Amino acid sequence: MSGPDDDLWRRLAALTPARIGLGRAGAGLPTREVLKFGLAHAQARDAVHTPMDAAAVAAAIEELGLSTVAVTSAAEDRATYLRRPDRGRRLSPESRKALDAAAEAPVDLALVVADGLSARAVHEGAAAMLAAFKPHADKAGWRLAPVVVATQARVALGDEAGQALKARAVAVLIGERPGLSSPDSLGLYVTFDPRPGRSDAERNCISNVRPAGLSHDLAAFKLGWLLTQAFARGLTGVGLKDESDQLIEAAETPESLAPPV
Amino acid sequence: MPYRHTVGPRTHVFGDLATLMAKATPIRSGDCLAGIAAGSAEETMAARWCLAEVPLKEILARPLIAYEDDDVTRLILDDHDDAAFAEIAHLTVGDFREFLLTASSATLARIAPGVTPEIAAAVCKIMRNQDLILVARKCRVVTRFRNTIGLPGTLAVRLQPNHPTDDPAGVTASILDGLSFGCGDAVIGINPVSDSLQTMAGLLRLFDGIIARLAIPTQACVLTHVTTTLDAMNRGLPVDLVFQSIAGTQRANASFGVTLPILKEAQEAALALKRGTLGDNVMYFETGQGSALSADAHHGIDQQTLEARAYAVARRYRPLLVNTVVGFIGPEYLYDGKEIIRAGLEDHFCGKLMGVPLGVDVCYTNHAEADQDDMDTLLTLLGAAGCTYVMGIPGADDVMLNYQSTSFHDQLYIREVLGLKRAPEFAEWLARIGLTDAAGTLLPGGAAARLLTAAPDLAA
Repeated sequence: MSGPDDDLWRRLAALTPARIGLGRAGAGLPTREVLKFGLAHAQARDAVHTPMDAAAVAAAIEELGLSTVAVTSAAEDRATYLRRPDRGRRLSPESRKALDAAAEAPVDLALVVADGLSARAVHEGAAAMLAAFKPHADKAGWRLAPVVVATQARVALGDEAGQALKARAVAVLIGERPGLSSPDSLGLYVTFDPRPGRSDAERNCISNVRPAGLSHDLAAFKLGWLLTQAFARGLTGVGLKDESDQLIEAAETPESLAPPV
Repeated sequence: MPYRHTVGPRTHVFGDLATLMAKATPIRSGDCLAGIAAGSAEETMAARWCLAEVPLKEILARPLIAYEDDDVTRLILDDHDDAAFAEIAHLTVGDFREFLLTASSATLARIAPGVTPEIAAAVCKIMRNQDLILVARKCRVVTRFRNTIGLPGTLAVRLQPNHPTDDPAGVTASILDGLSFGCGDAVIGINPVSDSLQTMAGLLRLFDGIIARLAIPTQACVLTHVTTTLDAMNRGLPVDLVFQSIAGTQRANASFGVTLPILKEAQEAALALKRGTLGDNVMYFETGQGSALSADAHHGIDQQTLEARAYAVARRYRPLLVNTVVGFIGPEYLYDGKEIIRAGLEDHFCGKLMGVPLGVDVCYTNHAEADQDDMDTLLTLLGAAGCTYVMGIPGADDVMLNYQSTSFHDQLYIREVLGLKRAPEFAEWLARIGLTDAAGTLLPGGAAARLLTAAPDLAA
């Protein structure tokens, strides 16, 4: 249907990402809206079910001059991963051995890139996110463990990985649960003194990292800020409030937040 | 005392009532995750045979969590109406199913205060989907604040104008869209991103202004923690309804930061404001299967039974609205469309049988094996079952909480197919301002311009 309201609804629709002013065909949606919704859902489903290409992700990370080690969780496939979150939080026995072997002297930070609920987010954003973060780590002089590339993994898998790699803190870059309009969103979770049994209240989270959300540069700045605070205060979680926004607002341009390379 | 049932050469043994009820539950991923689900299809049926023989009196006498260990158990037993129970006290679970299928609406209303959540859950487990629909349809629970919700032949809608940054103009745009579809009689209720009092104050004033300018016979709610709402009331902000998520055990409620005394305090504070013009049902609760397991507070009890226990908590505070958020929690609790549909019907049945005004957030996340077709199916079944209300979300896509529910269009669909009406006062208002005809059918064109008088700053 169209009518005198059309201009008004176009103007109102610009005020929110919500699906308003769609029009209707009787009680139903116009055909174009049914198809748009169906496409968005298809992309979100594909983001959940597309397997992560761990080799390609590792290759892109190694191009940044970082070494990698591939692991899998104790969830052997996607169906198990979705039904058994407890298994996605643990390393498979073989992967635990591989990390124990890869561990050398204690390090400051272990980075874990995990498929989570959106391999697409990792494929499209993980290497670029690490590229934006690396200058912060270099400037701070943090010693890094090999970057862990983890398949069928949940956030808490980083606790066991960080412990195996003898890291003071772990940062997990993970594909977030895809929304209908955000199939490509990464979440960053920081945990000080990682070890199995850490609760979500003991982590800090930076979410919605994607082209249409929080940029890689801003996310890298926040991640660097959180880690600096975590090392200085010896904790993460509810006791560490993310106040980096005040620094970001005070900065004249986003570029001025980046450390010299 | 263990329960036993023999099938041919095999005797199935169930160590206690909680185990028996868990094994009798239609299979779902949350009970499997908790390690309490039946190990085979035959074991499920053996448990149901056995459960059907259990007297209701025995369920009442054997609390699943000890009286001294859990304040929800104490609430269930302290509030129990022995006189109402007397009418069904002689029945087994199997008899009770047949009693419910033949009972009148008046009988069901009479026994409701005598039905404990464990009794409702037990009979639910041996009922097919059609039983759950047929009995729930006969249970009428009517509540009032500024309109009348739950009358036979009606279905109300919560208008849910969520926005990723709580932007007032964006929220208002979604409200106007929803009103233009005739949504919002249950409540105009937002999940804010921020739980700050400042955000809450802005949204409460925004909603209060829209309702006042258009003289809408409905109520508003900002869905934040009960302690924040208490704070808002103490500061004189215009609070219609008090919201809180609740669960079926004391420990799970503690994980939400809520206690029974806090709920009572908030109810009393809202009653003292006297903002309801037709009635004094001032509470709004949300629940969902799996919340206790998620909080590691399930005591080895199946998630459907724990969900029914949350309705006992709700019942004490005479809520205007209660809804299960049935598919929100994720596939580790309800895996696919089949499990979500079954759980939605179970929750609605148990709530109504206990006398609670149950609505359903017919919904799913993108990592569940479900889609909009499953939601159409569940919405249609709930419409047939006399569901109190559903959600109305622009295009079914919640851009703040990242899940899919039912849309403004979906409620038009179910009204057209099943002839369901809105709350009568709200329906009269829609006709009076010219959005619908006298029968409640939307009239074409011009709706937005009329509604814009509610938001003069957006009119330019």
